[in-house]
Amino acid sequence: MIDFFIIPVIKVIILFTVCLLIVAYTTWAERKILGHIQLRYGPMRVGWHGLLQPIADGIKNFFKEEVIPDNADKAVFLLAPVISISVAIILLAIIPFGEPFTIFGKKITLWLANPSIGILFILGFATLGSYGTILGGWSSGNKYGYMGGLRASAMILSYELSLAFAVISIIMMTGSLSLVDMVSAQHGLWNVVKQPVAFFVFLISGTAELNRTPFDMPEAESELCCGYNVEYSSMKFALFFLAEYTHMFVFASLVTTLFLGGWHGPFLPGIVWFFIKTFAIIFVCIWVRATFPRLRYDKVMKLEWKFLLPVALANVIVTGAVMALV
Amino acid sequence: MDKSEIINVSGMRPEKGKYVLPFLKGLAYTLKNFFSKPVTLQYPTQKTKRSERWRGLHRLNVDESGKLLCVACGLCAAICPPKAITIIPYEDEGGTRYPEKFVIDELRCIFCGFCQEVCPKGAISLTGVYDYVDYNRRDFIFDIEKLKKPETFEFKGK
Repeated sequence: MIDFFIIPVIKVIILFTVCLLIVAYTTWAERKILGHIQLRYGPMRVGWHGLLQPIADGIKNFFKEEVIPDNADKAVFLLAPVISISVAIILLAIIPFGEPFTIFGKKITLWLANPSIGILFILGFATLGSYGTILGGWSSGNKYGYMGGLRASAMILSYELSLAFAVISIIMMTGSLSLVDMVSAQHGLWNVVKQPVAFFVFLISGTAELNRTPFDMPEAESELCCGYNVEYSSMKFALFFLAEYTHMFVFASLVTTLFLGGWHGPFLPGIVWFFIKTFAIIFVCIWVRATFPRLRYDKVMKLEWKFLLPVALANVIVTGAVMALV
Repeated sequence: MDKSEIINVSGMRPEKGKYVLPFLKGLAYTLKNFFSKPVTLQYPTQKTKRSERWRGLHRLNVDESGKLLCVACGLCAAICPPKAITIIPYEDEGGTRYPEKFVIDELRCIFCGFCQEVCPKGAISLTGVYDYVDYNRRDFIFDIEKLKKPETFEFKGK
């Protein structure tokens, strides 16, 4: 009873609240970091250094008027943000946050589930998440939204490939699809040292999967005036944003798990190391956003098909050859 | 502008396939900015320094006993280009003149400063207050009481 019901429920509650709080404060961190990079302060008014800003934004979004356009396909229009957010939150379930520990004679694992197909689960659901974007754009009955949805589908079709190939080289080295096994295999040397090419391919195509600048094709404020979510208002808009930032958190924790050795690290407890690494990756995402301008649409496709995919494929072949020889 | 400050963009375009170094340069530049102090001010609480000669809201100066220096000669009202000043003079038994009413419509005023230049008694001067805000136009018509303390109308946030 305790093992199968109470402990998992407690873990779900903690995971849900802590992760959503982190996600909410990622929006704050993004605004602060972008501000400081542009030599300004960012949010400063609500609370100390704007610390209550995410809560104020949430309350504001909650009380805004909900608008459903006449042209919209109402059922799909309402479903799209739900798909986005629920899929993003499901991904949190199998991230290993730290090493298992024993309390009152019970072994507590710091992950909710450890399916043997872990990384496939993540890749599958991350792709499913972009259905929210695509359906949201297409059902809005708006040209900008439609263009955003089209671009989202093109992005997901192309960048998923190099992402998966970068992961395949890690799977080959670990010999397992489970995320926990992957972290355990990095006990001595992190994968970022063994697989630097896969790391960079994963980082770049992951940023593209997240639809963040410099690859924010579906949103593209200056071209599509916010693209797929242009017709969304109130809490539905907030759900899209929450999903985007949850995906960012999941992506950062995936990079940590696959390449940066997960919870491994000296002196500090495992969970602290995990969050240090995750926040470092989130900082890199924001830093990249602040630095690079958006690529032109054809250049984005060129980068994937002519550069990242061949490099990732070659990396898989070289990894296989080296493993066969050594 | 100094010649060295001009950035020639077309001359800095990298060769094909040599984009990595400029990318790293860009990242280094933004990281340097991240660790330097922001140049913006938190406006209502922090303000830039105004010049001594800044022409803001008017003040009617008083002497040591707290009486207005103004003798209601009407020169300022006469010279005021947009006719923003209205004076109703008053003369007591001893023959001393002072304004019974001295009204400046701050919405008409163009802050040229002619009134403080023309005043023979130095009774009116322009202060550095530049950000008075209010909800309706009536509040911008300043009478003697408001003109005595323009510093209190500076915008300080909530």
